[in-house]
Amino acid sequence: MADGRRKTPKSKYTADRNIPGAYAGETVTRRRFMTGTAHAAGAIATSAIVLPALGFAVGPLFKKKQVRWEAVGPEADFNEASYVPKVFTDTPGIGEAGKSTVYVRRHNLAIDGPMKDQYDQYVAISTRCTHVGCPVRYAEAAQRFICPCHSSVFDFVGKRLSGPAVRPLDRFYTRVVNGVVEVGPRYSVNSELHRFSPRYPGEPLDGIGQYLYPSRPSMRKL
Amino acid sequence: MPKLKLPAPPLPDALRPPPPKPGEAPKGGPLEAAREAGITAVDWVDERTSLSGGVRWLLFRKVPKGTNWFYTLGSATMFAFLNQAITGVFLAMYYDPSPTRAYESARYITNEAFLGQFVRGMHKWGSTVMVVLVFLHMARTFFWGAYKYPRELNWIIGVVLLILTMAMSFTGYLLPFDQRSYWASIVGVNINGTGPLLGPYLSDFLLAGPEFGATTLSRFYAIHMLLIPGAIAALIGAHLYLVTKLGTTAPPWLKAEAPDELRRETA
Repeated sequence: MADGRRKTPKSKYTADRNIPGAYAGETVTRRRFMTGTAHAAGAIATSAIVLPALGFAVGPLFKKKQVRWEAVGPEADFNEASYVPKVFTDTPGIGEAGKSTVYVRRHNLAIDGPMKDQYDQYVAISTRCTHVGCPVRYAEAAQRFICPCHSSVFDFVGKRLSGPAVRPLDRFYTRVVNGVVEVGPRYSVNSELHRFSPRYPGEPLDGIGQYLYPSRPSMRKL
Repeated sequence: MPKLKLPAPPLPDALRPPPPKPGEAPKGGPLEAAREAGITAVDWVDERTSLSGGVRWLLFRKVPKGTNWFYTLGSATMFAFLNQAITGVFLAMYYDPSPTRAYESARYITNEAFLGQFVRGMHKWGSTVMVVLVFLHMARTFFWGAYKYPRELNWIIGVVLLILTMAMSFTGYLLPFDQRSYWASIVGVNINGTGPLLGPYLSDFLLAGPEFGATTLSRFYAIHMLLIPGAIAALIGAHLYLVTKLGTTAPPWLKAEAPDELRRETA
């Protein structure tokens, strides 16, 4: 008997299903319809508050950082054999916190190989260590960049020699305008010094690293 | 006005008024009148809210034999949080979360505002105290086995509270905006970034952009003083409700005692 009942398909009309107060031709009871309407209205009202607030909070993730170039000195200031430290404003409008040091030298064909493009006439190395972002210092005598926090050591072109850092030091695009060297946006490099869009410190770029730590819409390479 | 008689759990003996001595007239006088006024005011509220039952349920509950000072670590943590909340509110009256003004306003609080150094010290050292107490409280719960059935949900809420406390410590560390807090936050955000796939976007969210920028500090400030404290307060409420509802556990060195009649039967 139970089997027989299961085989009969249920009618889609509430009147056929013996629901009290059902109207002929009605497929959803009014109570169920009103409950659904109230839930939908609640969901819409909640989203109307939550979605704009959430979008407001995560908005900066999708806003591209403005490309800005800043002069760091005339061409005569720099040479091929050693770095000259220059303080420049990485992020304007926040005072001292927006300033950063950059090590600049002229492109050296013997060390750096042929120039990649017009942004490669000068090499500008970021002082941000690629371990967790402490500021590295260039030791002239050793021709090494050394991080004070966890002793990462980088060679003359910024490649990692030892320590916990995961990739070579970041660089900045450079250009020459009217004999003045300008420093532009940051880019990251892998161990073969191929350019990648800027990554946070601690994110390797060799092998699977470049996919595990994807490029961000807020900062791309030029 | 006739007093409403509510069924109430028994008061502990110490709080019960002593019965009048035989042959002594009921006391009058201003002290008694003030006492009556207080009772009338409490009754007025209670008649309209029925709060007294809940308050007694919360405060006058039975505790197991062997309850000792270790059981106060949870309350101690909560009072550390209250200390942070109160001193934080008053620090916010002087603090300015703009990158160019933050250090100066923190310096003003420390060096010039009346009792500023003291209140800032309470907030600074209180945060360390709170973290230490959270861990002691967690260790007590763990070694007592108090996380077991039916208290697993309370353990989970506690873990969330621990994480929120850590997030408070992290976001608060940046606010003085000196060299130490700036670089510590940079390092902290970069460690966040090393989480695969989502890490870089999490760091972008924390910094409000690809690099430390104009709104990073105010973002940390809003998370530190609005978002997380609200969540912590709400979760402490849930935590306390479950503690009251489920009761506390006896320390593990106390063996369960069989009732007398059962013991006689086995002997």
